[in-house]
Amino acid sequence: MDKGNNKKTSKILVFSTEKISDPAIDLAGLLKQHYPPSVDVISIPCSSGIKPRWIMRAFDKGFDGVFIAADGTDCPFSDTCEDKTAGIVAMTHELMDGKGIDKARLRMAAICSVCSEAFVKQVKVFTDYLAGAGKSG
Amino acid sequence: MNKKIGVYICQCGSNISDYVDVERVREVVEREEGVALAKVTMFACADSTQQEIVKDIEEQELDGLVIASCSPKLHLFTFRNVAERGGLNKYNYVQSNIREQGSWAHSDTPEQATEKAIRSVRAAIARTRLAEPLVSPVISSERTVLVVGAGIAGLRAAVDLADAGSKVYLIERDHFVGGRTAQWGELFPTDETGGAVTADLYEEVINRDNITLHTGCEVVSNSGSVGNFDIKLRIAPRGAKADTDAAGAEGLDDFEKRLERAIEACPVEVPNAFDFGLTNRKAIYRNSGGFPLMPAIDFEHCTRCGECVNICPEIDLDQKEAFEQIKAGAVVLATGFDPYEPGTDEFGYSSIENVITLQQFRRLIEISGDTLTYKGKDVKDIAYIFCVGSRQTGALDGENKYCARHCCTSAIHSAVLAKKKFAEIQNYHFTRGVRTYGKQESIYEESSKLGDIYLQSFEDDPPVVSCENGITSVKVKDVLTEDRELEVDADLVVLVTGMVPRADKRIGEIMKVPAGRDRFFNEVHPKLKPVETVLDGIYLAGTSQGPKNITETVQSALAAAIKTNALIGKGEIELEPTMAKIDRALCEWCGKCQEACPFDAIDKTEFEGKAVAGVNESTCKGCGMCLPVCPVNAIQLIGFTDAEIETMIDALAD
Repeated sequence: MDKGNNKKTSKILVFSTEKISDPAIDLAGLLKQHYPPSVDVISIPCSSGIKPRWIMRAFDKGFDGVFIAADGTDCPFSDTCEDKTAGIVAMTHELMDGKGIDKARLRMAAICSVCSEAFVKQVKVFTDYLAGAGKSG
Repeated sequence: MNKKIGVYICQCGSNISDYVDVERVREVVEREEGVALAKVTMFACADSTQQEIVKDIEEQELDGLVIASCSPKLHLFTFRNVAERGGLNKYNYVQSNIREQGSWAHSDTPEQATEKAIRSVRAAIARTRLAEPLVSPVISSERTVLVVGAGIAGLRAAVDLADAGSKVYLIERDHFVGGRTAQWGELFPTDETGGAVTADLYEEVINRDNITLHTGCEVVSNSGSVGNFDIKLRIAPRGAKADTDAAGAEGLDDFEKRLERAIEACPVEVPNAFDFGLTNRKAIYRNSGGFPLMPAIDFEHCTRCGECVNICPEIDLDQKEAFEQIKAGAVVLATGFDPYEPGTDEFGYSSIENVITLQQFRRLIEISGDTLTYKGKDVKDIAYIFCVGSRQTGALDGENKYCARHCCTSAIHSAVLAKKKFAEIQNYHFTRGVRTYGKQESIYEESSKLGDIYLQSFEDDPPVVSCENGITSVKVKDVLTEDRELEVDADLVVLVTGMVPRADKRIGEIMKVPAGRDRFFNEVHPKLKPVETVLDGIYLAGTSQGPKNITETVQSALAAAIKTNALIGKGEIELEPTMAKIDRALCEWCGKCQEACPFDAIDKTEFEGKAVAGVNESTCKGCGMCLPVCPVNAIQLIGFTDAEIETMIDALAD
């Protein structure tokens, strides 16, 4: 029997990275640091390689929020990753603006390979925000 | 193309099935398009299950495989091998993580954990439907390794690589090997000297025919990549033509005598970097006990007066620099660190004359006779200020946020050495908390028993060094005595300076090795891949990756040697097929992808009369940074195409 509430929670798609934020999300599970089960994860090599069209696709298909669990300064590929990922967010914000989607439905934060608590906190806060914001912006 | 996909849902004993209704997952996903069979297994990774999957692939002629189990970090390669054993292309296998990101993360909400698992498996099936069989590029590899840096890490890595059968080029920018270790006297805990450790390793190196040692040597260019690095070396003139190491005892003795006279005759004196400027050396010089035994000429300062040549004809002032082109399958970067150089007036450095660094103090102990003197004055009371240039957080706000690891032990060991070697030494340690971790705690205990005094402050209220009427004092609010203000007059103040990355960044730029936020070379993963870089075939050894003591440096060097040998030992290397692919019909060369690529893997090329982007498959690392900047969406990342990502998004959204 579920102890959690049964109300529909906001659906969040997380783009996480194979070498940095994936281990943190796995660690959250290992430590049973619970977060909303409506958070789904797609793993990619680097957060600087996310196409804005993928994020827009997620909104089109009904995700309430998209969270980029970015490599940040830990990126093994480049020390410019943080800026490049921020650039992707900025590009996507323009597309979201064009479609009247609340820009706050896209969030990004650097999640290091052991930052399980940070990840859990981010997605919980984001879920609460989306629930309160009425999601569709 | 319709695929026949086999889906296996693992219970992981009860790790998954306690919270995820695996039977329900199976029932739902077996109705998915393309699923030929769906089974629940107790342990998907068990030998018996692996054999069952192999059999299913063969008998059912499956051409896609999904296993819903633990994190791919654990068993991706296990299950890729299973796929291959069944005759399936291993890239037609997709793993769904329903344990770390399923049952464990949502053990408080099992019904929703089950729903999430269903979405995750459906997404994996959708991706498998589109997954192309990929071929890992296989390239032949040189069985040769370039080890850059002949400090203790480079020497140790070279010996082990050579013993494993590789040909090794060991290059050292300096004219003498041993790096920092050669500069230290007794080392904790064995009391061997750094010079003796270096001498042992040097002998091991020169006794191996498959190691070529070049001193005074640097990498000037690289045009290759893993398996076939095409590297140009520049070898600076040493100024000595005889191989005195091979001269034999008698010849060596005679040479030594003439060399001593030649050095004495040299009219040039410059600060000796080996002693961190505490002494001077001549333009013809050798480091204390340094190897190779041949002297070197400091051509920057040599006046070419010829006095040394008159005495010692082995000296050759007309030598020219030489270049050598080598091929290497892999590169080990053992380029070491620089000691932190305090800023002007940082704790009195360079403004108060009896303030020196820890590295200088180590040399001062070495070069002093029976009494410890500095600038002609006897030294009795010594104040050590810890964490200078390290842990620069809070009010210190410097760029070195990290702990330099070795310096607490090194400072306390130096203090103990000084106390044992010289009379009437009293040590005062101004710490920010002592970090003599592991076995090194015993030197802290020994120092305490010998009567060393420990005081402590935090970063927002560091000790203050001042000098009045020729008396240098250190004042601190000591947190160990409830913030009492304590002051010590010191004959010598030693700033316990840590490690910083090499100021000379050229090797990193030439080999395109990314640096981390601490500015040391960046490993792929601090725990799981600590000596690998994202660049295939380039490994990190020792302090090039971050602060370490000598033990940790050698451990890292051995790890790098083993990883390197595992890579090139077979003579061929299989690469990951994840790389950027250009749709040349769509591409209208704008250069943005080239600009975004951190590995120079994209070049302008020509296709049907127009300029387009071309990807160098051996240098593309599959990061995907070129993808979002393309204004016409002409780039796909193999294994992460739009179709694959978008079908997963669709499946997860349902």
